[in-house]
Amino acid sequence: MFPESMEYHISSHIDAFIAWLNVAGEAQFAAISKGLLSMILTVYNLLVFIPWWIWIVLVALIYWYCRRKLVSSIILALLLMSAGIFGYWSAAMETLAVVIVAVLLAVLLGIPLGILMSQKDKVEVVLTPLLDAMQTLPSFVYLIPVLMLFGLGKVPAVLATFIYALPPVVRLTNLGIRQVSDNLVEVGEAFGANRWQLMKEILLPLSVPSILAGINQTTMMALAMVIVCSMIGAGGVGYDVLIAINRLEVGKGFEAGFVVVALAIIIDRLTQGIAQRWQNPGMAKE
Amino acid sequence: MDESKHLVEVKNLWKVFGIDNLTGCSFTSEDVRMIEEKKGIIAVRDVSFRIKRGEVFVVMGLSGSGKSTLARCLLRLIEPNHGEIMFDGLDITKMKKQELIEFRRHKVAMVFQHYGLLPHRTVLENVAFGLKLRGVKKNKREAIAREVIARVGLTGWESRYPHNLSGGMQQRVGIARALAQDADLLIMDEPYSGLDPLIRREMQDELIRLQKEFKKTVLFVTHDLNEAVRLGDCMAVMRAGKIVQIGSPEDVIARPANEYVQRFVGDHNRMQELSAGASKIASA
Repeated sequence: MFPESMEYHISSHIDAFIAWLNVAGEAQFAAISKGLLSMILTVYNLLVFIPWWIWIVLVALIYWYCRRKLVSSIILALLLMSAGIFGYWSAAMETLAVVIVAVLLAVLLGIPLGILMSQKDKVEVVLTPLLDAMQTLPSFVYLIPVLMLFGLGKVPAVLATFIYALPPVVRLTNLGIRQVSDNLVEVGEAFGANRWQLMKEILLPLSVPSILAGINQTTMMALAMVIVCSMIGAGGVGYDVLIAINRLEVGKGFEAGFVVVALAIIIDRLTQGIAQRWQNPGMAKE
Repeated sequence: MDESKHLVEVKNLWKVFGIDNLTGCSFTSEDVRMIEEKKGIIAVRDVSFRIKRGEVFVVMGLSGSGKSTLARCLLRLIEPNHGEIMFDGLDITKMKKQELIEFRRHKVAMVFQHYGLLPHRTVLENVAFGLKLRGVKKNKREAIAREVIARVGLTGWESRYPHNLSGGMQQRVGIARALAQDADLLIMDEPYSGLDPLIRREMQDELIRLQKEFKKTVLFVTHDLNEAVRLGDCMAVMRAGKIVQIGSPEDVIARPANEYVQRFVGDHNRMQELSAGASKIASA
C-alpha cells in the first residue's frame, strides 16, 4: 500500500480559495448570474411564445429556402414535431434556450479570439494547447469549476456549455483566415490596405465558409454539453434522460434520447444550410 | 518645373532571400562572398536603372531571374535589403508605414500575373477596390469604375463575379482596377503570361492603345522578348538577379551585350523571319 505519511491533499486549499472567491467576488458573480439568467429567460420566452406549429413550418421553410430539398424539409419538420408528440416540447425549448445563449457567447468571444490568433503567431502558440485541452477534457470536468462558483442551475450550465463549445469556432476562424491565399493578401497590400482594411475587405469575407463551419460545430458541441449539464440543473430534455437512466426506464429514455437526436439533426442541417446559402455569391456554384 | 525627366530611379538595389539579419550590410564583395557561402539566394543583385516619365520600361528575363522580386521591391511588397528607390524625389526605402500605405494608395498601381481579383466581389467592386481603400465615396468610386470598365471593353459585365469571366476578361478587370487608381506608375507583373497567344496579342494591342490615350509610366515585367519589343520604349534584361543589358529594344536586338541576350535575340529573329516569310506567301 502507498504509505499514508506521504499523502498530501490540496483539496482543503482549493476549498478555502473557492470560499474566499465566493465572498470576494460575490457581487460580480451575482451580476453575471443575473444577466445570464435574464438572457436565458428572454430566449426561452420567445421560443415558447411563438406557437409550436409556426416553428415546425419555419424549420421546413428555412431548409427549403437554403437547400431546395422537399423530402429533407419535411423530415426536419417531422423530427421537430416528434419533440411535441413525445411530450418534450417545453423541455426541448428549455434546452434550446441554453444552447442559443451559450453559442451566442461562444461566437461573440470565439470569432475575435480566432482573428487575434490568426494575426499573432504567439497567441496561436499559447492558445492551441489550451484549445486542445479544452476539447480533450471529459465534458463533465467542466462542471466542477462552474459548479464551485455558480452552484446549480441554468447559469452554470450555460457557462460550462460555453467553455466546452468555444474551441471549434476559434480554431476554424483562425484556420479560415490563415488559409486565404497569399496572392490576395498581396493584392490588398499593393493597393495600400492597412491592417484593418485587409481584414475587413479580404481576410474575413474569404474565411466566411470556414467561420460558419466553426459555428455549426460549436452549436453541435453545445447541444451535446447541455445534455450533460442536466446533472447540474440545466433542465430540459437532458433532465428527462437523466431521470430515465436513474430509474432504468428504457422506453422513456428512448423517447427523450430520440428528441435529443432530433434536435441535433435539425440544428446541424439548418446551420449548414444557412451557411451554404450565406456563402459568398462569387464562390457559389450556380 | 523642377520635375526631373525620370519618375523612378533605382540605385544599387539588393535583395537576398534565406538569410535574416542583413540590416546594415553594405554589400561589399566580401559581404557577397559571405552571403553566397551561407547559401543565401541573391534575387536582386546591385540593380540600378531609371524610368522616364511616360515610357514603358520592360524588365525581361527568364523565371527565377529576379524580375518579379524587383517589381515587388518598388512597392516594398518585398523589402529590399539595400539600395535606394527614388520615386518623384522621395526615397521609398526610407518611408514609414503610413507613408508607404499612402504611397501605394495614390502613386502606384499593380497588375498581377494571376489577376488577383477578389472572388467575393463583383467586377465593379473589384475595379473600385483601390478607390475604396483610399476612402472615396461609393457613388464616386463606382462612377469612376464604370468609366474605366468601359475603357477596357467590359461594359455589361459590372455585376458579374470573376469566376464567370474568361482569363483574358479577368485580366482586363485587373488592368481596369489599376487604371482606376490613376496612379503615376503602373507596375505590370507578367500580366499576359497566363493567356493564350491570340488573346495575349490582342491584350498587347489594347495596352498600346491605352498607352497612347493615357501616357502612363509603366514598368512591365515579362519573359517574352517579342512582348518586350512590341511594348517597350526601354528594356532591361535580367539574369540571376543582375541587369545584363539596358537600352531600347532595337539596341538590344542589334547589339546583344552578351551570349545570354544573344540567345533570346536569336530566337526572336527566327520568329520574325518565319512570320515575314509567311506573310510573303500569304500576299503572293
